[in-house]
Amino acid sequence: MSDFINEEHENITGIEKQAPDRITDKERNRYRDLDNVIKEYIKKPGHLIGILHKAQEIFGYLPEEVQTYIASKTGIPVSEVNGVVTFYSLFSTEPKGKYEIKVCLGTACYVKGAQEIMDTLKENLKIDEEETTQDKLFTLKSTRCIGSCGLAPVLLANEDVYGEIAAKDVMKIVREYQKGEKIEN
Amino acid sequence: MKIENIGDLKALKEKHYPLIKQRLGHRNGLGLTQIMVCSGSSCVSTESQAILRELERELDEHGLNENVRVMKTGCLGFCQHGPVVMVHPGEIFYCRVKPEDVKELVQTHLLEGRLVERMLYQEDLTGKRIPSINDIHFFKAQERIVLQNCGVINPEDIEEYIARDGYHTLADAILNKRPGEIIDTISKSGLRGRGGAGFPTGKKWEMTAAQDVTPKYVVCNADEGDPGAFMDRSILEGDPHSVLEAMAIAAYCIGANQGYIYVRAEYPVAVERLEIAIGQARETGLLGKGLLGTLFNFDIELRLGAGAFVCGEETALLHSIMGARGEPRPRPPYPAQEGVWGKPTLINNVETYANIPIILRRGWEWYQGYGTATTKGTKVFSLAGKIKNTGLIEVPMGTSLRTIVFDIGGGIPGGKKFKAIQTGGPSGGCIPEKFLDRPIDYESLKEIGSIMGSGGMIVMSEDNCMVDLARFYLEFTQDESCGRCTPCRVGTKRLLEILKRITEGHGEMEDLDILERLSLDIRDASLCGLGQTAPNPVLSTLSYFRDEYIAHVRNKTCPAGVCKGLFSYRVDEEKCIACGLCAKACAAGAISGAPKQPYRIDPAKCVKCAACVAKCPKEAIVKGSDKEAKINENAGIFSGTGSQESRAAL
Amino acid sequence: MKTPEFSAGPVVRRAGQLYDNPEKKVEKIRLTIDGREIEADKGMNVLEAAHAAGIEIPSLCYLRHINEIGSCRVCLVEVEIKGARVLQASCAFPATEGLVVHTSSARVRRVRKTMVELLLSDHHRECTTCIRNLNCELQNIADNLGIRNIKYTGEMKQLPIHNKNSFIVRDYNKCIKCRRCEAICSKVQEVNVYSAINRGYDTVIAPAFMQDLSQVACITCGQCVIACPTASLAEKECIDSVWEALEDPDKYVIVQTAPSIQVTLGELFGYEVGTVVTGKLVAALRRLGFYKVFSTDFTADLTIMEEAHELLERLERGDKLPLLSSCSPGWVKFAEHFYPEYLENLSTCKSPHEMFGALTKTYFAGKQGLDPEKIVVVAIMPCTAKKFEASRLEMGTGKFKDVDWVITTRELARMIRQAGIDFRDLPDEDYDTPMGIASGAGAIFGSTGGVIEAAVRTAYYLTSGREMDVLDYEELRGFSGLKEAWVELKGRRIKVAIAHGTGNARKLMDRLRAGEQFDYAEIMACPGGCVGGGGQPIFGTREHKEISLDYRHNRADALDRIDYSKKLRRAHENPAVKKIYEEFLGRPLSDMSKKLLHTYFTPRGESPGFDFGGEKGRFAGHVEENLHPVT
Repeated sequence: MSDFINEEHENITGIEKQAPDRITDKERNRYRDLDNVIKEYIKKPGHLIGILHKAQEIFGYLPEEVQTYIASKTGIPVSEVNGVVTFYSLFSTEPKGKYEIKVCLGTACYVKGAQEIMDTLKENLKIDEEETTQDKLFTLKSTRCIGSCGLAPVLLANEDVYGEIAAKDVMKIVREYQKGEKIEN
Repeated sequence: MKIENIGDLKALKEKHYPLIKQRLGHRNGLGLTQIMVCSGSSCVSTESQAILRELERELDEHGLNENVRVMKTGCLGFCQHGPVVMVHPGEIFYCRVKPEDVKELVQTHLLEGRLVERMLYQEDLTGKRIPSINDIHFFKAQERIVLQNCGVINPEDIEEYIARDGYHTLADAILNKRPGEIIDTISKSGLRGRGGAGFPTGKKWEMTAAQDVTPKYVVCNADEGDPGAFMDRSILEGDPHSVLEAMAIAAYCIGANQGYIYVRAEYPVAVERLEIAIGQARETGLLGKGLLGTLFNFDIELRLGAGAFVCGEETALLHSIMGARGEPRPRPPYPAQEGVWGKPTLINNVETYANIPIILRRGWEWYQGYGTATTKGTKVFSLAGKIKNTGLIEVPMGTSLRTIVFDIGGGIPGGKKFKAIQTGGPSGGCIPEKFLDRPIDYESLKEIGSIMGSGGMIVMSEDNCMVDLARFYLEFTQDESCGRCTPCRVGTKRLLEILKRITEGHGEMEDLDILERLSLDIRDASLCGLGQTAPNPVLSTLSYFRDEYIAHVRNKTCPAGVCKGLFSYRVDEEKCIACGLCAKACAAGAISGAPKQPYRIDPAKCVKCAACVAKCPKEAIVKGSDKEAKINENAGIFSGTGSQESRAAL
Repeated sequence: MKTPEFSAGPVVRRAGQLYDNPEKKVEKIRLTIDGREIEADKGMNVLEAAHAAGIEIPSLCYLRHINEIGSCRVCLVEVEIKGARVLQASCAFPATEGLVVHTSSARVRRVRKTMVELLLSDHHRECTTCIRNLNCELQNIADNLGIRNIKYTGEMKQLPIHNKNSFIVRDYNKCIKCRRCEAICSKVQEVNVYSAINRGYDTVIAPAFMQDLSQVACITCGQCVIACPTASLAEKECIDSVWEALEDPDKYVIVQTAPSIQVTLGELFGYEVGTVVTGKLVAALRRLGFYKVFSTDFTADLTIMEEAHELLERLERGDKLPLLSSCSPGWVKFAEHFYPEYLENLSTCKSPHEMFGALTKTYFAGKQGLDPEKIVVVAIMPCTAKKFEASRLEMGTGKFKDVDWVITTRELARMIRQAGIDFRDLPDEDYDTPMGIASGAGAIFGSTGGVIEAAVRTAYYLTSGREMDVLDYEELRGFSGLKEAWVELKGRRIKVAIAHGTGNARKLMDRLRAGEQFDYAEIMACPGGCVGGGGQPIFGTREHKEISLDYRHNRADALDRIDYSKKLRRAHENPAVKKIYEEFLGRPLSDMSKKLLHTYFTPRGESPGFDFGGEKGRFAGHVEENLHPVT
């Protein structure tokens, strides 16, 4: 008998075999919050995207378990949930850093040199787009036009907007956050 | 308070009108000063809300609360000069205000009764300070119809909207008019969809009204995704009730009781204003059950996008409203036949809706007075890119691009040369100088290979590479393609790959033909508007800036010095003072030199990080094309080795 | 509405049309295609109208009534709208009165060619070693369009091939995103395994989180394989293992053929759909070197005996009703995932091929004095789910697996070709005895309605001693593929129902959940039953333009003809069955038959790998409630 047969049966019935990590109280509260969100949203049809927005607020990102949980609670097939999550760029399946640095790569910013800003950040933080630094402090992303074209090029650090920045100044902003972090600690 | 009849509306208008009147320039002796703080996204992101708080605190401190009122207002469009604060009476326009300027503003303007000269707008040419908004050319040159309330009223106060005749049109419609009459007026006005395609709005309403199926839905497309376009956002932020009112009128006309506004999650301020507006409309009974004492019910729900450009396409938007992947589907059936939940659905764009109340109020004959033969009314455009006055403007259809760019927009900063203007976002084309005098409408833009689109305009100067720009747009559409149909999913990928090859210096002349052929086929074969228009930036640049493509392919040079693979940095010997800072900054060890000798950059070692450019105190490090570098090299200036092609090109 | 499904005649059992109601009156319209004025039914799309008029429009993503999404853009035609010629996907554009269409203009041909070139530019073109070589819709279209070089080259996907499970291989690098797998899985089977994931060029059509099919709630039915135009989805082949066994002189390789193989194998050798090739099938298997050539129809008869007794026993006790058939492993896995609370209602009978395996290694081995360890049982099945079923740990007796290898109809045809056998030239031969003797009842197991027909017939005879009248089915609320009937049994009126395709099974089970009463239901995972199984011939070549799944009727009719042509038509009359009870099993539901012929089922949950409800699971203690209304 070939190996795959055992493998596939283990995958299916393996749930009982491996002792799972019980959910922590913190997690339990998050799932309770999610339950409440679903209860509220399920009253009206077509609210998967709304639920996912809220779930991402609660969990910070949308890991497989959360997606599957939403599927099982709403009756929407998990394939569909995953299909929706991976379609929209605002949903993240990876945990994010404490600060999300978003460089606007809208046309107005681009023609004013946003790519150079992005490259400088990549080089200095030693991460690529969509990646998070090892200290879990920064996640680097590009974003679609945020409509602050008058301030181009624009950079967002979480909710804070920095406008008319030059590539050579961008690391100053990042360092402010690093400093703030040290003080906090 | 519930509004139950026209009398209630009129009473509210009476109550608030004096304040509004003062903001419109009437010295009506109110004994009040009103300070309007722009709270559009652009000004919010430059701390206008801190200014607001600071103002309130200062007024409190000086005990000025009685006679001075501070309030939020929508975008005035002069974003380049934000944050903007206006003081009435006098329509005094303060720009680039910082929170720390507030003290002075209160002291000088309010207490001492003098203008704060340094914060007034300074005219570019004359250097003159201009106190009143009415004297600033940027505003004088515009015709603000859709934006009439933006910057005038507080968008978070429904009563101010009512004071501007808001909801009067709705009341008149449902109390005195038949749906057919209203649709007829819209049709006669010649209003066309402002989302981009320009479909006659009246016809759309008529088609949806004619469907013999219930329920029906009204949808507002507020998924403004074109980069560099922010017209809809400004309307939603500055005058949200105009959209709600129009949707209610539309619902009455087609027989719907439920509306949806699909808005980008990237617009938090707009979302918040809409939530407030919907809440207030419900409280006052202008949304909900039994509007104005009739049997007509209508309510609106917000649906947030989640970051997908394609959801601006109407069938994709429908899928997204229903919580699914925003993938378009073939039409027919049209949304007017099968839309949300498979039911007839009227979808219009934000700006289209915002036109409705005023057309009904002032009549179609009045509206017809603006625009060209085929395109009536005004259009809101956002100006961005290499232009002095970035911001938001509204002009009659038929205004020339030259007026927009050089008159209202103030031209190109830094004395640079105009190269092209891109209209219609990623679906549009690049328009060269020779077409600048064309009056713009849907047809004229199409003729020259672009589209009206939603109204985003990006200006390009001689510093922008058109091949790189085409690549940039393709990267955008390729990333935003939903992946459903073959030409868009695979075709745009192949287009992008060819463009990348060209910008990296690996293009062949044959690639230009393939690029053109494939672009035409993608345009022909794609399922939805996104794919059909995705090749426009390529096709328009190929036709108007073919010489730039040829320079990239044949000469391996980027004339604008943008494409990294095709230029090098060199030291301008005239300017170099041999300070050596550049050599210290260079991590690649590509710069060498000796005291009193100009420094040199070895292009073979240079990684083009631009660190030296930032460090040079004399701006002596300049971009030059690879070809120039080779010429210099041949002249014995540099000692790098070039690629085979570059040598052959010499 | 009461529509009798059949009248007395040679064909005693009809499952009815799968998708269309032929009696429906349709309005006619006229339109012009390629300069010819043609007539078409109102409601047809342009592609169908053209097809009906003998004009072929190539297509890839289109699957009639199942997938009409116009996404591959290969079926583009020019349609005249307001004087302009516009390209439209003919599969999604309605044919309307007076429409003018051009299906082969220069512009259409050019764009169509570009579309196929683009698809090929992102497709692993390894045709000569591909499992769908010469039976691939993409290959066929590329050939018809005369594509000789691909202008558009660039990145090509390199995703790992999922081939670690026992039933279906997924090669994402050959996927053309037609979404037919997704459509059939969600719209017909309602299993919802697939969805588009990611977007743009990175789009893949995959199970959630791109997991292997063995890790999600996949019922292994293989309808996606049948629907796939390329080899992106294919059966997991085990031909080589069978050859190996055949070449091993120490092994006795015994083969059994499922009922439907007799009516479908011929298609792969150029016979009309619905040709019965039983004699040649047997002859071919002998020439391949099998020690004995038996028929699963025999154990189908045995299944009928066991299941009929089980039904009577449950009716007597009045518990665990309705009895639900369990001979379709796709349906069994469907129930394990989605209706675990009804697992006790499933008949404990193993499916016929597993019964066969168990008896071969015990009864037959004993009778022939063979060492069971040296016996290799090969099952020729119409089904990918049987491959998974054979790998279930519970499907064995002692240290032996009941069935060692399951190969599909398609794999058998490949073996016959590999051996150089001229199938059409073969003589007709008979199955070996005793396990090749079967009644007509066993044969009709291969299409929907057959199991219940046969079992009720036998139960009726066992209790009354008389033969039953024809069953008179009524369609349930207009769902074709879901029917019910009343039978007098043991002085009691019992309600029986049949469903084929798990989409219909879902409807039936939801009615059950809602409190409706049934006594006995036959459920088959595949539309049409085994004749439409995931291991059956795939209609993708130029000879078979019919892309929809309607051809299943012809196969079912052929099974009915086998039944009707047999003298022996009732399971309980089968002498070999009588003998095996006398010699070995004792009686139906005896301890011996329970040990060898019956099995048990495992609840698997809708989200395997995630345990949100269990007491021992990660979520133990978390408030557990279903937030969506249960239908």
